[in-house]
Amino acid sequence: MKQVTTNEILKIEKLKKYFHIGKNKQGPIYVKAVDGVDFNIKYGETLGLVGESGSGKSTIAYTVVGMYRPTSGQILFKGKNIGIEASKRPLPTKKEIQIVFQDPGSSLNPRQTVEQILALPFRIHTQIPKKQFREKMVELLEKVELSPDYLYKSPPSIGGGEKQMVAVARAIASEPLLIILDEPTSALDVSVQAKIINKLIELQNEMNLSYLFITHDLSLMRNVANRIAIMYLGKICEIADAVTFFKKPLHPYTQMLISSVPVITEEEENLKPKKVISTGEIPSPVNIPIGCSFHLRCPYKMPICSKVDPEMIEVSPGHTVRCHLFPKPGNK
Amino acid sequence: MKTKENILLDIKDLHLWYRVYDGYLKVLNGVHLMVREGERIGLVGEAGCGKTTTMKSILQILPPGDFHIPQGQIFYKGQDVLKMSYKELQRLRSREIAMIFQDPTAALNPVFTIGTQIGDVIKYSSAFEENEHKEIIKEQSIKVLKEVYLPDPERILINYPFQLSGGMKQRVCIALCISSPRNLILADEPGTSLDVTIQDQIMRLLNGIVRKRNAAIILVTHSLGVAREMTDRIYVMYAGTIVETATPEVLFKNPVHPYTKGLLASVPKISGGGITKGIPGKLPSYLNPPSGCRFQPRCEQASPICSEKPPQLFEIEKDRLVACYLTQR
Repeated sequence: MKQVTTNEILKIEKLKKYFHIGKNKQGPIYVKAVDGVDFNIKYGETLGLVGESGSGKSTIAYTVVGMYRPTSGQILFKGKNIGIEASKRPLPTKKEIQIVFQDPGSSLNPRQTVEQILALPFRIHTQIPKKQFREKMVELLEKVELSPDYLYKSPPSIGGGEKQMVAVARAIASEPLLIILDEPTSALDVSVQAKIINKLIELQNEMNLSYLFITHDLSLMRNVANRIAIMYLGKICEIADAVTFFKKPLHPYTQMLISSVPVITEEEENLKPKKVISTGEIPSPVNIPIGCSFHLRCPYKMPICSKVDPEMIEVSPGHTVRCHLFPKPGNK
Repeated sequence: MKTKENILLDIKDLHLWYRVYDGYLKVLNGVHLMVREGERIGLVGEAGCGKTTTMKSILQILPPGDFHIPQGQIFYKGQDVLKMSYKELQRLRSREIAMIFQDPTAALNPVFTIGTQIGDVIKYSSAFEENEHKEIIKEQSIKVLKEVYLPDPERILINYPFQLSGGMKQRVCIALCISSPRNLILADEPGTSLDVTIQDQIMRLLNGIVRKRNAAIILVTHSLGVAREMTDRIYVMYAGTIVETATPEVLFKNPVHPYTKGLLASVPKISGGGITKGIPGKLPSYLNPPSGCRFQPRCEQASPICSEKPPQLFEIEKDRLVACYLTQR
């Protein structure tokens, strides 16, 4: 079984990432994609990062792997700050953080064979002599349940599920510690998704991997993640472990998300909060509302919500929420 | 539930092939689908199983010349759509059946305002044939935009599609299809390209409108949860054939076909319980589909008869048909 220890492999502190998109009379205009985010991932843990499109979850993924440089804040990997571009990071750090993208059709080079695709991480990150590459690649393909003849195929000639398996194989080739999964199954059908998710869980147990699992699918996270973090407009509004998350959702946005999930059994129907019905749409991250960013859609709106941005409050051990409904202890 | 016994649409044994360089892709292989007046039908299946092709063949909006229908009939109000003249088809498309597409960004014309696009639909539909006055059309347009809960309809009329968000565009598409009275709405994955909360809003809106107008709807989706919450009866499709049909209550409690069972088990649940292994194998090639039952190569309970000839839909209860030899033994 999975061993979750208390040591943190990744700790994110006050991470901000703004994109400059132009300027007007008041000054430069920024898209505040990530606006002050704190979370951590422990060794062997899966953290699910859930949010609607435009909430900034992919920006976090790209900042952690070093495709973007954070505007401010720290990314601590094994205790060291790695908040810089990947090109300036030491090679061992890059080896230990890998990513699987959403669409394998565009993340795998269509002009290369699977053999060429898998050779790159071996060449860069390992000392394996070239003669043993093929042997290692066949081992790698066996791990993701693909036959060795896939080595000579190119991505366009294989199916979506298998392509994603090749992308997973590429990610585990350098024997990383942390893998960022950026919506790895949202382009796939449920029966294929089940296969890939099972493989990912199996690999996690085998290699003691930590996952940052980014998705918009809450019901998938219930079955995969140890803890779930909900993002809305560049901020995290609730973090809790997966079981209490569905039993006792606190933030109104979380309740809205859970009540929007289409379900297939009566048992699930009973878990859904009845009162919160989804209204409105996510505002543009260029004009984030003043105060709590969710107050425009919130059914429990109070006067304070449009003035003061709430802080993260720990309501019970491991369960933090950002909402005025849950005031700071001793500050009522 | 207001389901009458009057049959509105009846697809009988529809086969459809696409012509490609290597030969024919035998996509639809005997589709049976029946819609009664005012009934809400769900058509579920995985990507590439022929759901959209079935929908498009009802309206005959497939790319001309690229397809071939070797056998089958599509009866709409007793008339065979496949034998209709161009004029009759245009009448069908403009006055009887409306379609909502998956991607609202691609469905709306980017160079015309929303007002022009809604106005055209109203102008060419039966209800306002004599009244081509601009005011009446505008009044009616505002009325339908209000009906889909769009804020500030006067402004939206002069907006172009790129000025609206995805959810608003899909609301406009729904407004387009209810701007004249229709008997049947074909909704092809109307929520798939949207976020969950927006999808939930669109589905509730569509459900309300269909009930209020007592129109029939065929909701195409790959989300079993959406189909369960929205429909009176569900058809499960696999590789161009209907494998099972039942009411949602029966289907989700007691699936019979091995494919339906595998599909239901693959859906992650918010009550937990982990994820099953999925269905082994993959969708067969349409160029050389397997003989007999098309699910047979992936089926764990396959027997020799399965690869000999395809199983026919077999009624095990009222409104509950299954195409599998396991139920016929």
